[in-house]
Formats: sequence, C-alpha cells, structure tokens
Amino acid sequence: MSNDIALRTDDLEVTYTGNREVTAVDGVSTEFAENKLTAIIGPSGCGKSTLLKALNRLHEIQPNAEITGEVYLGDEAIYDTDDPLPEIRRRVGYVPQTPTALPLSIYNNVAYGAKIHGDYSSEELDDLVESYLRKVNLWDEVKDRLDDPGAELSTGQIQRLCLARSLAVEPEVLLCDEVTSALDPISAEQVEETLEDLKEEYTIIMVTHSMDQAKRLADDVIFLYLGELVEANDTRSFFENPKHERTQEFVKGHTAVDYDDEPDEESVTDQQPVATR
Amino acid sequence: MDRYTEQRLFGFLARASAALILGVLVMVVGVTLWRGGRVFVTDPAVMVTAPGSRYMLDGGGGFLHAVLGSIFIVVPATVVASILAISTAMFLQSDYSSERTSDVINMFLNVLWGTPPIVYGVFVLTIIIAVGAQTSLIFGTIAIAIFQYPIMTRYADEALRAAPDAVKEASYGLGATRFETARMTVRAALPGVIAGIIMGFARGIGDAATVLFTAGRSTQMPGGPFDPATTLPILIFEQAASFNAEVRSHAYAASFVLIVAVLALILASKLLAGRFARFAPGGRHS
Repeated sequence: MSNDIALRTDDLEVTYTGNREVTAVDGVSTEFAENKLTAIIGPSGCGKSTLLKALNRLHEIQPNAEITGEVYLGDEAIYDTDDPLPEIRRRVGYVPQTPTALPLSIYNNVAYGAKIHGDYSSEELDDLVESYLRKVNLWDEVKDRLDDPGAELSTGQIQRLCLARSLAVEPEVLLCDEVTSALDPISAEQVEETLEDLKEEYTIIMVTHSMDQAKRLADDVIFLYLGELVEANDTRSFFENPKHERTQEFVKGHTAVDYDDEPDEESVTDQQPVATR
Repeated sequence: MDRYTEQRLFGFLARASAALILGVLVMVVGVTLWRGGRVFVTDPAVMVTAPGSRYMLDGGGGFLHAVLGSIFIVVPATVVASILAISTAMFLQSDYSSERTSDVINMFLNVLWGTPPIVYGVFVLTIIIAVGAQTSLIFGTIAIAIFQYPIMTRYADEALRAAPDAVKEASYGLGATRFETARMTVRAALPGVIAGIIMGFARGIGDAATVLFTAGRSTQMPGGPFDPATTLPILIFEQAASFNAEVRSHAYAASFVLIVAVLALILASKLLAGRFARFAPGGRHS
C-alpha cells in the first residue's frame, strides 16, 4: 500500500452512554488510501456504521455518543480542530443507508449542498447539476424532469441522486453506508457501476455486509469484529490469504460454497452440516 | 358465542358507530346549511353589510363586523402562533434538546392543550387589567394565539419526529449547519406541519371562550387594533339568545359562514399537504 493516505484513525473509540453503555468502536487505528475504495465489513452490530459516521463526526447528531482518539484528514485532526463542524462534513461526505431524497426538486437536491457552501451563478449551478448527474449515470434518466420532486424517482435512482448530491459539494472522501442494501438487484448493480467509476477520482469508504460486493468493488478491506479492528489488507490478500483466525472463519462462513474450487480441510468441515441435511 | 358470531357482532357494532357519528355530522352540517343558507337566499348581503346602530335589537344591517373581527383576530394570531410553534417544535428535536428536556416541555404543552380556553381568556383579562388597557382586538389576538400555540406545536413536533432520520443525516452529511438541517427537516415534515397550522386556525376561528372578555364584544365595525371587536362564535351566541326572530335567524347564517370557512380550510389543508407530500421523502405514497 504505497499510495497516499487520505484518512487515518488513531485509537478511535466510540461509546454510547445510554441506559446501557456500549463501546461500538474500540480502539481502531487504521488508514484509508487515497483514490481507492475501502470496504468495511463485519457481522451485524460490529460497529461498522458507527466507525463510518465517526469519520466525519456524524455520530455526534445522536445523543449520548462519546468519542476518544483522533481522525486525521490528510494531516489535519478533525476532532481537535478550530474548523467549524459543517466544513469538516463538507470535506468528508456521507451517503445514508436508506435512499432518501431531500424534500426538494431533483435539480435542487444536487444544487443544495453547493448553494449552502458557496455563491454560484445560475449558469454555474446548471452546469454543476448536469455534470454531477452525469457522473452518477442519472442525467439521461432525469434531464427532462429536473423540477420534479426528487422523492418521485425510483429507489435506485434516488440512491444515485444521493451520490450526486454528496459529490456536488466536492468532498475529499465519500462515506457510503450500505448504499445498496435497500435496492433491488438491478438498481444495486447500477449503483455499484457508478461507485466503480467514481473510485478513480474519489476516496470512497463503504460499509457493506455483502462479502461479494466487497470482493467486486473494494481495493482494500477492513474487518471489524465487536468494535475491534481484526484485519485490514488489500482485497486480494484479505480474501485469499486471511491472516487472522477470526477473518478466516468470517470469510469462509460467507463464501464456503463459491470461494475456493479446491476446498481445504477446514472448509470441508464447515460444509458438513449442509452435506448431512 | 363462537368466533364467527363474535366477528359479525363486532363488525355490526363498528359499522353502527360509524353510521351514528356520520349521521350526527351530516345533520349538524345539514341543519346549518339549510337554515343558514335560507337567510342567504333571501338576504345575501347580510354577510357583507355593516350592522345597524341597533343591530342586536332589530337585526338592521348585517354582521360584517364579526366576519372582519374573526379575520383580523384569528389570521394574525395564526401567523404568530405558527412561527412560535414551528420554532418550538424545531427546538424540541434531538439536535437542540435532550430527550428529557423535550419530554418535560411536551408534558407542559399537553397541559396547555388540555387547558379550557376560558382560562386563557381570564389570563389575558388579568393582563388587560394589570396594564390598564381596554378589551380590544389586539388582546383577542393574543388570547387566540396562546390558545393555538400548544395545538400547533404538538402537531409540528409529531410531524418533525416522523420525518426520516436519513434527511437529517443527509443534510448534516452535506455540511449543513444545525439551523439549515432543522429547516430541511421542517420541509420534509411540511404536510404534517401545515395540517397542524390549519387545525390551529380552525380551532381558533371557532373558539368563543378565549375572546369572550378579551376582544370586547363590540357590535360595531372594528376600528383598529386597540378598539373593541367581536368574532363570529360570540356573535352567534348573542344572536341565538335574541328575542328578535330575524336576529335569531342570522345566528344560522353566521354559523353557515363559520362551517363553510372550516370546511374550506380543511380542503385547503388537504390540497396543500398533497402538494408538499410529493416532495416529502417517500413521495406520494407516504
């Protein structure tokens, strides 16, 4: 991993102090390479989304979240900083899990972020909207109905609209929280294709619960288990040669059938319950 | 009783209660429309004519003073109350308040909602006496605004709470400030917020107790904010108690105006809410 580092966490710990204290992210120190797509994987409830949100301080909108450690965007700390919080969130964009259009027209969904951050002439905005809608492969589908409500698009289109909206504020890093989990297979494929195109230009960090998706899209993979970072590696090494025992189990548990043509002894034992059925 | 008899019996009861309520509603609206409408057929000018000097005695002229009084008192009250209500509802969301704070405030709002409007009337009367003013249009407005505020706030708060968290996350994720995000949430919840405002308006225009001894029960055209005024519900009460048959018939005409206004408001709220629902997350389906 000789590339530049876009984002780095240092002993990051997030604790929810509600009725029951839960440490959702437990001392995670890792790096996210620039212009690559890093997938964060792990079982449900392992802190994937919390880690993602901690990367642009979005977890702070939830009450009772406490954080220690630091996240560095390039060389700048994002917690110990004088920059206003919205400025940090502009630089580290976030696409939510549920495809949700802002209650605005299609045009203004994309233009909104740009409008709140800078002064643009209407021609500049027109150009900006078109270019970002093209970037997410949505322009041809919506160019004749830009004034219609964003909420009237299909779920898959809305998710691409969300990507365009996030990109329009020109973030350095884009955080995607299981962005295809609410979509039908065809829409999911379109969003994946879009992400595939985008990773040339952007640093993308994506939470996914689909190992296949991580394998298809990601350059690097980070594996979390119960809030702790178990293993981080490039995708190929991660899946072909997982170092940690827990990773091996997780990878095999998910891919026992189609991962390896010549299963080794361990995965044969894994498959035994299937065989005896 | 076997399960299927039980089911049939319950089905019968449910239909019967719906029919009963609907029947009463149709009768209320019907009687008002019929008896009030008749006045308008014979004397259509009654709504747009100023009252004569002895209106309450001989029914000379019309009741334009109460129509205007209602508009001048309730419209500004609704504007003021909606601004306060939406701001409070914004403040009650998790971005500004802890859960405990918003629980406590909501409890107070529920108490306020349940408070009989006559109590607000007495409260404002106390203020009038304390500052040495006279009962007038402006104090009627204040009393109505206080009365509408908890209703609108509770509606707006519920609507904002029901707005998807993803709107908030998306807005913050774009680098919006807390206030920009709050405004975006209000937009997302607009159908519910508008329903609350219209509901407050309808309740305000129909309430007599709050304005009974704050607005001044004037029988003349309202002169200005510091002059006495009256509203339709108070006028209806006074008309209906009159010994003059013509004045009594005007009570139905005034009721007719009120009921048409409320129906129109509800229709307007449906249309507006439908218009904005297209933009709300989930689109028309929500």
